[in-house]
Amino acid sequence: GRVKEMNTYAWPTVFGGAGGESERTRADIISTVEFNYSGDLLATGDKGGRVVIFQREQENKSRPHSRGEYNVYSTFQSHEPEFDYLKSLEIEEKINKIRWLPQQNAAHFLLSTNDKTIKLWKISERDKRAEGYNLKDEDGRLRDPFRITALRVPILKPMDLMVEASPRRIFANAHTYHINSISVNSDHETYLSADDLRINLWHLEITDRSFNIVDIKPANMEELTEVITAAEFHPHQCNVFVYSSSKGTIRLCDMRSSALCDRHSKFFEEPEDPSSRSFFSEIISSISDVKFSHSGRYMMTRDYLSVKVWDLNMESRPVETHQVHEYLRSKLCSLYENDCIFDKFECCWNGSDSAIMTGSYNNFFRMFDRDTRRDVTLEASRESSKPRASLKPRKVCTGGKRKKDEISVDSLDFNKKILHTAWHPADNVIAVAATNNLYIFQDKIN
Amino acid sequence: MFARGLKRKCVGHEEDVEGALAGLKTVSSYSLQRQSLLDMSLVKLQLCHMLVEPNLCRSVLIANTVRQIQEEMTQDGTWRTVAPQAAGRAPLDRLVSTEILCRAAWEQEGAHPAPGLGDGHTQGPVSDLCPVTSVQAPRHPQSSVWEMGGPRENRGSFHKSLDQIFETLETKNPSCMEELFSDVDSPYYDLDTVLTGMMGGARPGPCEGLEGLAPATPGPSSSCKSDLGELDHVVEILVET
Repeated sequence: GRVKEMNTYAWPTVFGGAGGESERTRADIISTVEFNYSGDLLATGDKGGRVVIFQREQENKSRPHSRGEYNVYSTFQSHEPEFDYLKSLEIEEKINKIRWLPQQNAAHFLLSTNDKTIKLWKISERDKRAEGYNLKDEDGRLRDPFRITALRVPILKPMDLMVEASPRRIFANAHTYHINSISVNSDHETYLSADDLRINLWHLEITDRSFNIVDIKPANMEELTEVITAAEFHPHQCNVFVYSSSKGTIRLCDMRSSALCDRHSKFFEEPEDPSSRSFFSEIISSISDVKFSHSGRYMMTRDYLSVKVWDLNMESRPVETHQVHEYLRSKLCSLYENDCIFDKFECCWNGSDSAIMTGSYNNFFRMFDRDTRRDVTLEASRESSKPRASLKPRKVCTGGKRKKDEISVDSLDFNKKILHTAWHPADNVIAVAATNNLYIFQDKIN
Repeated sequence: MFARGLKRKCVGHEEDVEGALAGLKTVSSYSLQRQSLLDMSLVKLQLCHMLVEPNLCRSVLIANTVRQIQEEMTQDGTWRTVAPQAAGRAPLDRLVSTEILCRAAWEQEGAHPAPGLGDGHTQGPVSDLCPVTSVQAPRHPQSSVWEMGGPRENRGSFHKSLDQIFETLETKNPSCMEELFSDVDSPYYDLDTVLTGMMGGARPGPCEGLEGLAPATPGPSSSCKSDLGELDHVVEILVET
């Protein structure tokens, strides 16, 4: 059944630095992971502004049980560090988000963004080369025109497959604050980009202007108490999008009602539990990610300690709440002190919306089966990932006597955080980014 | 832990032989912890000398936390008593927290990266609640104070600088927190401006006392830049251009 599926993830493919912690460089830290619409391609972005795309091998008919493995397909530098001379501040090249466009021809397109600039990249294959030019030699040097005595027609010859990435559009200068989200519309022509205070709507063909559709900047910045943390278009209704806030609220907006969507159509907020109120209540309620289900009926939000599933028809409270690491509730002050409380975890749905996944600390990640209400904690680490063995469920000991194989809360490594995970849109294949390593797990059971 | 409504220890008037120690014990642990949280939050809001723009979401959340503490302390009446002149347990309260914070600062010189650098900087395993002893205090408090330009006395110690904060904060009403986000229509890096009063043309905000605090340690790419004075910084930018 479905329960087994979560416990049988195996066949890890690991990409990343082979060295230990000392060899880890900041630039390698993966900052975003995203499957494309078919799941054949998996893109990662890192702190150094690089994008690495993995491609799934075609399944071999002679080996029907072989898994389609992922291998590196293309690597390119998407963003470079910039210096804003006016403010004397560096603009980081870190890739905050990658979103694929639906495929329309042989080439693949994706949007990648850092804090300030969004770029549209075209990734195309070249397996033929033209030879026999008239005006230049084979090595590209120009020929002396006077030496040319005859004309020839260049012919196409096969060559080793080359994957090229070229920037097709650069959408810049539209964000004063840091971009946290981009989302492609279901019309496949427009997309939104959101920063801390504003959301802009772009047309993919037009780079010199965008429409501002949400602006929560107060007239007097002294009154600023809330920021936008994530935004996403509805998967099917091209006029609808949602955005989440640092106060744990979600607003659903309909672009048909007005050009500037400062008035929301729906407002989702769970009433606070007065018994658990503390000085950290607001911080842990801040939503770090919001994702629509594939069906479009639900959306999921991630706050510091939990994942919540909301029915779009019910604004008063979520329909499901899943605890990710409730044992951290008693450690909030320490986590505030070392800034872990500000970590932004993402979350994702599986293809059928029956399961959800999110990351935690100590290289743990959590999966929740919505149908059976079962959940499991798994670990992404080289030590615990043998090629053919299933991932062993992990358990954190929250108090009392620690059982064998359990880990106590105080032993958790808060440097090892899994912020980014992705689920194949159809199959049971998951990608988990653990600092500078990418783990791809496949389901044993067909 | 910090839940409101948490019953506090009854503060009696003890005349034990232990003296100060007994006084410490009778000080409400809740007040102490709340004070530590306030101190920690104010340190976290220090943004000077960071070459990369700080995270607005984080700043807003920390500022809201400070505001909450302020409001509660105002309701308690304890906000008023955090004054140098006040007698009673309040100075003891403050003395403990700032002294331990100082110790933490000097112990941590050169050891820890700045708060707020996001993923990538080292964080040890979480220990039990011990907020005062492991605050990520800025490096080189002495040298930075001297290197910063501007009309300012040579304050010297971190200890004194925190006093400065409380003096300035207590003279204002609780809504002074709004000043942190003053400067209409400017990006939030001006929070930096208000807090440190470093950059030319900065509005003299109520938190000017914070400029006495050493800057938070900057990111790895700018470790040399952090110690430059303002003028040097400007010259460097011109040269790089």
